[in-house]
Amino acid sequence: MTVPVPPLRGVIRRGFGVLGVAVREEPRIFAVSALGSALFALTTIGQAYVFGAITDRVIEPALRTGNADRAALAIAFCAVMLVAVLKVVGIVARRLGAGIMQYRLQATYRRRVTRRYLELPFSWHQRHPTGELLSNANSDVEATWSPIAPFPFAVGVVFMLVVTLGLLFWTDPVLALVGSVVFPGIAALTVVYSRRMSPLMTRAQQLRGEVSGVAHESFDGALVVKTLGREAAETARFRDRAEQLRDTMTAVGRVRGLFDPLMEALPVLGVLLVLLAGTSRVGSGDIDAGQLVRVAYLFTLLAIPVRAIGWVLNELPRSVVGWDRVQSVLTATGSQEHGAERLPAGAGVGVGVQDVAFSYGSTEVLREVAFDVPAGRTIAVVGPTGSGKSSLATLLVRLVDPTSGSVRYDDVDLRRLAPGAVCEVASLVPQSAFLFDDTIRGNITLGAELADELVWNALRVAQAERFVQALPDGLDTRIGERGTTLSGGQRQRLALARALVRRPRLLVLDDATSAVDPQVEQRILAGLRESGPASTVVVVAYRRATIALADEVVFLDQGRVTARGSHEDLLAASPGYRDLVTAYERAEAERVALAPQADEAVPA
Amino acid sequence: MSALTAEQAPPERGSLAVLAHGLRLTPEFREGLGVTLLLALVATGGRVVVPIAVQQTIDGGLSGPEPDLGLVRTAVGLAALAVLVTAVSAYVMNVRLYRSTENGLSALRVRAFRRVHDLSALHQAAERRGSLVSRVTSDVDTVSTFMQWGGMLVVASAAQLLLATVVMLIWSWQLTLLVYLCFLPLFLAVRVFQARLQAAYRLVRERIGELLGAVAESVVGAPVIRAYGTQARTAGRIDGAVGRAREAQTRAQTIAALTFSTGEMVAAFATGAVIVAGVLLGVDGGITVGRLVGFLFLVTLFVQPVQVATEVLNEAQNAVAGMRRVLAILDTPTDVADPVDGRPLPPGPVDVRFEHVSFAYPGGPEVLHDVDLTLAARTRVAVVGETGSGKTTFAKLLTRLMDPTRGRVLLSGVPLEEVPFSSLRTRVVMVPQDGFLFDSTVVDNVRYGRPSATDEEISRAFAELGLADWVASLPDGVRTPVGERGEQLSVGERQLVAVARAYVADPDLLVLDEATSAVDPATEVRLQRALDSLTRGRTTLAIAHRLSTAEAADEVLVVHDGVVVQRGPHRQLVAEPGPYQRLHASWVSQSR
Repeated sequence: MTVPVPPLRGVIRRGFGVLGVAVREEPRIFAVSALGSALFALTTIGQAYVFGAITDRVIEPALRTGNADRAALAIAFCAVMLVAVLKVVGIVARRLGAGIMQYRLQATYRRRVTRRYLELPFSWHQRHPTGELLSNANSDVEATWSPIAPFPFAVGVVFMLVVTLGLLFWTDPVLALVGSVVFPGIAALTVVYSRRMSPLMTRAQQLRGEVSGVAHESFDGALVVKTLGREAAETARFRDRAEQLRDTMTAVGRVRGLFDPLMEALPVLGVLLVLLAGTSRVGSGDIDAGQLVRVAYLFTLLAIPVRAIGWVLNELPRSVVGWDRVQSVLTATGSQEHGAERLPAGAGVGVGVQDVAFSYGSTEVLREVAFDVPAGRTIAVVGPTGSGKSSLATLLVRLVDPTSGSVRYDDVDLRRLAPGAVCEVASLVPQSAFLFDDTIRGNITLGAELADELVWNALRVAQAERFVQALPDGLDTRIGERGTTLSGGQRQRLALARALVRRPRLLVLDDATSAVDPQVEQRILAGLRESGPASTVVVVAYRRATIALADEVVFLDQGRVTARGSHEDLLAASPGYRDLVTAYERAEAERVALAPQADEAVPA
Repeated sequence: MSALTAEQAPPERGSLAVLAHGLRLTPEFREGLGVTLLLALVATGGRVVVPIAVQQTIDGGLSGPEPDLGLVRTAVGLAALAVLVTAVSAYVMNVRLYRSTENGLSALRVRAFRRVHDLSALHQAAERRGSLVSRVTSDVDTVSTFMQWGGMLVVASAAQLLLATVVMLIWSWQLTLLVYLCFLPLFLAVRVFQARLQAAYRLVRERIGELLGAVAESVVGAPVIRAYGTQARTAGRIDGAVGRAREAQTRAQTIAALTFSTGEMVAAFATGAVIVAGVLLGVDGGITVGRLVGFLFLVTLFVQPVQVATEVLNEAQNAVAGMRRVLAILDTPTDVADPVDGRPLPPGPVDVRFEHVSFAYPGGPEVLHDVDLTLAARTRVAVVGETGSGKTTFAKLLTRLMDPTRGRVLLSGVPLEEVPFSSLRTRVVMVPQDGFLFDSTVVDNVRYGRPSATDEEISRAFAELGLADWVASLPDGVRTPVGERGEQLSVGERQLVAVARAYVADPDLLVLDEATSAVDPATEVRLQRALDSLTRGRTTLAIAHRLSTAEAADEVLVVHDGVVVQRGPHRQLVAEPGPYQRLHASWVSQSR
């Protein structure tokens, strides 16, 4: 996932565009913050003037005459405090304003991005890795609005610079010239700094992602690494990224190490220049000592704020990259088309699969798939590993749309149904059960208003009643993130209960009992049969007992329906099907035939 | 649950002890540290140049009737030189600092990474993986932030305060005392502010964590959310988490802004007090105008260290906490360790001996009780039993993913804990149920089992396993990318790759833990037959709930509640009343 570094000129222009968006989104809070920053700027300058005036009118006369004017001292003290209070008001308004603005923008865009995730179809999700989507919603949003923190400050500083230079020219043109050398110098240095720094920072960010990615993958596969003794190879893979990151960060250190001292030295040199030039100006009587102190103090005070401009400029490249990535989500198209129709209430729906083809990327997964499931009937989809069964299951509940052909409920194309209409009718239990970080009840009801009795009923049919009863808080037990505290079989049974509690008119089971013990599965299947013939059921399965539940079998091989009919018909007519479902019996038969030899081969 | 949870590991080391321990374990940090610190001190010296130059200019250059340009020039020239020296030292200091810290951090990262892999499977439990990743990423990063920014800032700030104090004392001890009196309450309050800020930031981190969890759920659970139409509910949960994160952030920002402002107000008060006291002193000839004005500049040097102190203290605490967590990993003993002078397994087929083996997870009840048995070399053994009966524990002890709590396991007569990993992991391979694949191609994943295997050998391996047709159906054959965690393939397909991976490793003892649970029966039988016919020289142990595996095995072990209750060939067990007969009857009723 290489993030290209766009050319800098364009970046600064586009970065300002992003800042413009921020101002338009949060105009009021930006105004508060920028005004606070301006107040801060004015009071900073004011402070210099107050100090200058105090030096001239209070300190110098008092020490010269040896007489302290107590009233003047009191006024001086109050003036210092007053300016400080105003300055603090400015600081608080600026910092709080900037913070609130930044956090509000983050929150707004996180909501928008995640809302878009929920609106975009499943096929879009399949094309985007989880890690990328997580960083879009988190770090990319953060990066986009990272310049907002120093932004109002920088706006205030620009204001302050303009006022300062104006005042300088008004006070003394010679000192003003010194100032106009130093401040643009700082600004220029900042731009050079950004230019050198931003590709390094982008690279470092990318490498941090890679370091974390390798660690994630490697620890996820820890068992495989360990069982194959690949610890050293994995460590070498990790070391490679870690050392690249180290080298990049050392390069960052060299650039920063050079620029930080320069940025600090420049204003100091400015002050020294001011003192040098100022002394001769005082000598020639153009200015007095107080004015010189004021200007010198001003320079000291400006040194840090001027760098705020640099902070904003530094963040712009990161911001633009983040913005582009956030926009790629917000402007992503491919949402599923919906109609306005709803199915009339009733029992099981009839399912029609008409000449369906489906491609995943450039790979054709299904083609010319056609079959009907009459309402209330059960059909088994059987096929070898990798024949497209799971893809068919996702098509049946419209997680994805076919590339061509159509899927219909009661002869209505799913694409003509209103949003949410499919969910009201059909429930899919996928192969790997997904559980939310919620209670057992929450995972079953998914927020629907369902009486506990119904929940317990569903758990009973799914053979999950006993282990849920044994949990410390029963239905209210929180299961950890993605149900890691439960076994695979338990998770599958909860996922099954989630589907059953909805009394779906179409139930699609995608090998949904693979992690369940055979005996338990048998009880589940019995329960399903007893719970009423009302629903239409499509079940993807290998087990004969599951297939036996079906009125009809669809045999899928390499993405095509190669045979259809009753189990017996298919046994007779389809060699592929026969090969698959009788595999165990034939294997055993062969063994029995070979048994005597086997006995000899194996010492007792 | 273990020493890995640093927060719970008593007794907890003090912060300084943690840092000292960290430095001891990471010699890279210490390289040239003395010179770097010296340079940092020199670099700070530049900060007092301006106040002194101002003082010299006013008192020396401007005090007379005619400004003394010569004196000012000398003062400015010296000051400029000082600035230059400062800048150069700061540059050298920065470069050295970055080099040594980055070296140290990358070494620390790599060491911690390796240690995580060396920990036993017990410590690598799934729910802790996220936190293990943060050990080698963000925890190390917090240490780096502190070392490169906070740590030096502490040195610089302390030096700045010290230098300012020295100059102030030379000019006027009375005013120095006054400044200290003004700042004293603030110094004391810093701890209070810092504690509140720390708590606020901790809350921010927690809320961001919740937010990430909610977003991750919406992404990983995408199919379920769509299939059940729970978009609105999910959106509500995310919005709640987003809102709570924002509240926490705003709160932390408010505290930070107020803390910062307090510093500003105290500085103003000190400045006002210096003016008043200074004038009163000056009237009696106690201080010159230049020194008094210089003092005002010096007071500003006090503000910044105090203002950054709260943030630096935060960074320091985070760094210590991060370091503590990284060290906790490095300090966790590798309970299942590679023996120092091990005995490699003798060549040839491997037999297995369990000598009164019991096992309990730490703090848990015993899950395997006194297992005592021998498995002959070259046999195919199936382990069956209900979920939770201890089958997987048996396999993990056999492959030394864990060590027994009592008894011992021997392979070909060699106790497992004496077999070096280099020998063990090439001769004994286990295929876990979750056929984890790396984000690469099919062929690269298979090559993981034997790095020297060529593409041709791997294609041949697939053919030998009867999977040539399946490979041919993939869009790019063996070079088809499998995606993150192999998720571009179906669960069954992932298992096929995982079996092929173990197959090319060509071990003498192959352990299959439900390795083909999601594969279709015909393919499974084909795989099994291929593994059998080509593995007559090999010992195979398979855990399966599809009893076809047991039917095909030479011997079946039936495990129930951690005890081997039955053993023998399938034909014998199926004939005698007992748990196996029941398991088999239920299997037959389902699969025939």
